[in-house]
Amino acid sequence: MADTTTRVKLQWGVLNTVVVVFALIPVLWIMSLSFKTPATLTDGKFIPREWTLENYRNIFDTDQFVRALVNSIGIALIATVIAVVLGTMAAYAIARLDFPGKRLLVGVALLIAMFPQVSLVSPLFEIERQLGLFDTWPGLILPYITFALPLAIYTLSAFFKQVPWDLEKAAKMDGATQGQAFRRVIAPLAAPGVFTTAILVFIFCWNDFLFAISLTSTERSRTVPVALSFFTGESQFEDPTGAICAAAVVITVPIILFVLFFQRRIVSGLTSGAVKG
Amino acid sequence: MADIVLDKVSKKFPDGTIAVRDVDLEIADGEFVILVGPSGCGKSTTLNMIAGLEDISSGELRIGGERVNDKAPRDRDIAMVFQSYALYPNMTVRENMAFPLQLAKLDKKTINQKVEEAAKVLELTPLLDRRPANLSGGQRQRVAMGRAIVRKPKAFLMDEPLSNLDAKLRVQMRTVVSRLQKRLGTTTVYVTHDQTEAMTLGDRVVIMRGGAVQQVGPPQELYDNPHNLFVAGFIGSPSMNFLPAAIEESRLRTALGDVPIGDRIRRELSRADAPRELILGIRPEHFEDAELIDEETRRRGIVFEAPVDIVESMGSDKYVYLTVEGERATAAELEELAADAGAADFTGVGSHLVTRLSAESTVTEGQNRRVWFNLEKIHLFNPADGRNLTLREGRAAGALAD
Ligand SMILES: Nc1ncnc2c1ncn2[C@@H]1O[C@H](COP(=O)(O)OP(=O)(O)O)[C@@H](O)[C@H]1O
Ligand SMILES: [Mg+2]
Repeated sequence: MADTTTRVKLQWGVLNTVVVVFALIPVLWIMSLSFKTPATLTDGKFIPREWTLENYRNIFDTDQFVRALVNSIGIALIATVIAVVLGTMAAYAIARLDFPGKRLLVGVALLIAMFPQVSLVSPLFEIERQLGLFDTWPGLILPYITFALPLAIYTLSAFFKQVPWDLEKAAKMDGATQGQAFRRVIAPLAAPGVFTTAILVFIFCWNDFLFAISLTSTERSRTVPVALSFFTGESQFEDPTGAICAAAVVITVPIILFVLFFQRRIVSGLTSGAVKG
Repeated sequence: MADIVLDKVSKKFPDGTIAVRDVDLEIADGEFVILVGPSGCGKSTTLNMIAGLEDISSGELRIGGERVNDKAPRDRDIAMVFQSYALYPNMTVRENMAFPLQLAKLDKKTINQKVEEAAKVLELTPLLDRRPANLSGGQRQRVAMGRAIVRKPKAFLMDEPLSNLDAKLRVQMRTVVSRLQKRLGTTTVYVTHDQTEAMTLGDRVVIMRGGAVQQVGPPQELYDNPHNLFVAGFIGSPSMNFLPAAIEESRLRTALGDVPIGDRIRRELSRADAPRELILGIRPEHFEDAELIDEETRRRGIVFEAPVDIVESMGSDKYVYLTVEGERATAAELEELAADAGAADFTGVGSHLVTRLSAESTVTEGQNRRVWFNLEKIHLFNPADGRNLTLREGRAAGALAD
């Protein structure tokens, strides 16, 4: 008995290590490159022989990168907030209410999520140019919300279904209106779901390249993934690899901060103790 | 505080299920009424309609004389205790209990004072700052009760509040609930599928089956004078024994011997639509060891002999299981009772007769024993509609009544 559990643990341990190493090595490699000097860039060593912060200094010196960072943060945050708020309301309705067309709504949401985004790029480009949304923040926020919503609705309705129905009834008996029951009882319990969804949506917006490159043309609204692709060296002959790596490291930081910040709130078992003995 | 009146209240769900049909019930101010029945009989639906959590399909609900069909739960001023307790897990015990008061916009000082008061009554004071996750089942149950009593509502509704507790705690909490209700004097509707709870708690018991009320009355009344087969089989533990009884001239032929019948029953049986067979019902305590009874008592019943299967000595008396030959009684009501999980100990239609004899009886397992039963206490039921034929003006009169 004990034998098998140790073996199972060992097997999982090995498997986990392999997966983590597989995922982390490229990231560590990029980090290592970002600290190397141009001369040692291609020496193939994992640990840089000469450490330098030159690459970081360079990217923050250029207006191009800083501006893109601001765009990225602004656009991703606004899109996340709107998508999560709308998604919360829709998911609550789907989880709690029986209304005509509910299945259709869920189906359409799923369809949007599966629709190939590439095929929408040119129409969106035309539409946004006509409406004057091209190369503006709303021009990116709108499609992000559209594609993030199905994801948000899906994850959130799964969470709402876990909140015991009795709690809402109890709140109503205690004298709460529908709105009060939602705000004071249901929403706090669905919070882990809201934060999980927020993380997923934020990552989706933060990482997007396709819409960002097609629907922007200047620094006004260009986001970091796109700005990165426009990186060139100071002069034509300079290799931009170091700078690109430094920028790549910099843009992972907000994601890590975002996840760490919300992870503390994703306390599993938050609903325990609500029902049963 | 207020009275609650249900006037022909029915509930039809959108999918066509009729969960409650034409329920008439008048619950007096301060009364403790129990709704009891097997699971799925519409108890919770009835309670939820009183609460306002379910719409009423037809009929009228009046609380304190006022029609409340279209009022939201929050405007009915009723508190409810749920089977699942439904405590808010993100709030402490104190916050849970303060929640209804906060919504009623009371000031902080009053809220605190009321919460402390309720906590004292339910012995929750040391737990006030814990969260529900850190409480035992019994403690959670008390918090749920506390949240209900804290704002002194017009009525309490409780939906199987004790069914998630273990047996010992359940008995303990039963007395807590009973004492609390008496002390507060608040009108209470209590749902349970446990007949022991129904018998011990309420002023009056409402027995439901398939969405319809079967009988309403004080527990003893239901026990002594069941209007039909279902009520007879549901109330009592161990349950009433049921045997088929074939009608023959002026007597009934049963596995326990021939049972004479009085004029009243005979008149019933001479009607055109009279059944050809009846179901005889006897409660365990209406049997006695034939050796222990005097001549006069013996004349009020009949004696039969049967092999003794099991003897369970309880100290105060003996439960003796007798083997009886012959067919079993069959009726839709009895099958339903046997199938219901809430009446898992339903022994009414087994091949055994459950009898409760005096402790002095020298009965032993394996022997053939002469046992007497009281003819004045037996019930005769029509298997077709379950009606109790021995009732006269609502009282059971036995088989011999004129
Ligand atoms: N929302 C619903 N839709 C359809 N049928 C329901 C619904 N809720 C309950 N029922 C049915 O109504 C009947 C009574 O249910 P309920 O009142 O919960 O029974 P009880 O509380 O006595 O066990 C059951 O047959 C149940 O299946
Ligand atoms: Mg129920």
